[in-house]
Amino acid sequence: MSSPGPDVLVRVRGLRFGFGTRAVFDGVDLDIPRGKVTAIMGPSGTGKTTLLRLIGGQWRPQAGTVEFDGVDVHRQSRAALFELRKRMGMLFQNGALLTDLTVFENVAFPLREHTRLPESMIRDVVLMKLEAVGLRGAAGLYPEQISGGMSRRVALARAIALEPAMVMYDEPFTGQDPITMGVLMRLIRQLNDALGLTSVLVSHDVDEVLSISDYAYVVSGGKVVDHGAPAAVRGSASEFVQQFLHGKPDGPVPFHYKTARDYAADLLGGARR
Amino acid sequence: MKPWLLIGDFLRRLGESTLFLFTILSALPAALARPRLVVQQLYMVGVLSMVIVIISGSFIGMVLALQGYSLLVRFGAASSLGQAVAFSVVRELGPVVTALLFAGRAGSALAAEIGLMKATDQLSGMEMMAVDPVKRVVAPRFLAGFIAMPLLVAMFSVMAIGVGGGYSIGVTLLGVDDGAYWSQIHRAMHFEDIRQSLVKALWFGGAVSWIAMYQGYHAAPTSEGVSRATTSTVVVSSVVVLALDFVLTAFMFR
Repeated sequence: MSSPGPDVLVRVRGLRFGFGTRAVFDGVDLDIPRGKVTAIMGPSGTGKTTLLRLIGGQWRPQAGTVEFDGVDVHRQSRAALFELRKRMGMLFQNGALLTDLTVFENVAFPLREHTRLPESMIRDVVLMKLEAVGLRGAAGLYPEQISGGMSRRVALARAIALEPAMVMYDEPFTGQDPITMGVLMRLIRQLNDALGLTSVLVSHDVDEVLSISDYAYVVSGGKVVDHGAPAAVRGSASEFVQQFLHGKPDGPVPFHYKTARDYAADLLGGARR
Repeated sequence: MKPWLLIGDFLRRLGESTLFLFTILSALPAALARPRLVVQQLYMVGVLSMVIVIISGSFIGMVLALQGYSLLVRFGAASSLGQAVAFSVVRELGPVVTALLFAGRAGSALAAEIGLMKATDQLSGMEMMAVDPVKRVVAPRFLAGFIAMPLLVAMFSVMAIGVGGGYSIGVTLLGVDDGAYWSQIHRAMHFEDIRQSLVKALWFGGAVSWIAMYQGYHAAPTSEGVSRATTSTVVVSSVVVLALDFVLTAFMFR
């Protein structure tokens, strides 16, 4: 497995996290290289979104560390954590736009909360960000008046409003039509390169994600199964990675849910009940 | 569920909600520093509750006048109708009924709004934008509920006693003397009664807002969770208001 390189923005070591008795991560190590688009892929329920929340400091790990630019995210005071978050943008799966504010006001929200910019400058910044995602014309609309794909683009404009060092995308392509998907893919790549961002892309849309990523991790069963450049991951020797990338219905992830009972005995047992 | 588990769950919720109240109280200075947010919420919880409070106040005043008259007239004390209506409204029915209406109209709306914000990741989104949702969303709403309640109680009381309520039935319909109606109120009511009414209103406003905020903020992020939070807000608020009314009354009329 290749290494992402020495210039790492997010360093995760020995991460353990679970809900009740169910372990989601059991000793995950990963590095997010600075200035690159890094994909984190895995089947549904592997905790990809959980990983983003742990990186963002919304949840605390049971063990292990998450460092953002050399700072341990979970050893910060609330105020220091909030300062750190100003350098992270996050795009939630459903956009998470504030429904009582217009598109313009949603993008202006972080600027109004964290800066003392004059109104004219806020207006210019917001319009520039909306222009970057192609939605300057929708500035006056409310979230319920725009499509799901547009919501994600607005959320993207909002995520980059404070010009963060990193943007995390939680399943940005889920439920999107091919055109919207293409638009979002192009935006993620272009904004990453144009603004010098670091992007973390959590998704299970394999082809789309690998086509715009510089580096990829495949996570399953609470561990990193494989990682490397997209080409290396595609050629992975791991049976699980091959099953996941090619969508095979059976393999290391079995088609049948685990049961101790024999099929024939179960059927016959049904007649006796 | 076993009784001790229910008691354990109740105690856990009580502790959690008390901690949440302290979190809200510590965020109040931040809310006060941004009065625009509080004013917006005053409109949402206060102004929009006015119609229901005014209508209910009027009807309750009318009913009190009818019931009071039928009792007082037997003792030849119909002229004391104003006093009877005013005492009932100012001391008890004003704060209590307004609080129950407030829980049904504003409390449920607040819980649903915050619960939905949580279910749609709006609160998480704020946190990730380094904005504290308790300061930005919860504290202004709590403060608005606290401020709106005494004003709504005052409005309810004026409507119940006045031209829209007790007065219209007692004086216009039943023929109680106009001057006697007002002078009895003037003679019997003291500032202390009004002060106690407003103290109750502040307690009820704080309690209902706190319960609504807690239920919404800690709702399960699903449609069922939001629905449960809304229902719980109304039910728990109603019980707490009535229990609190007993405690406050016991202390006030020692």
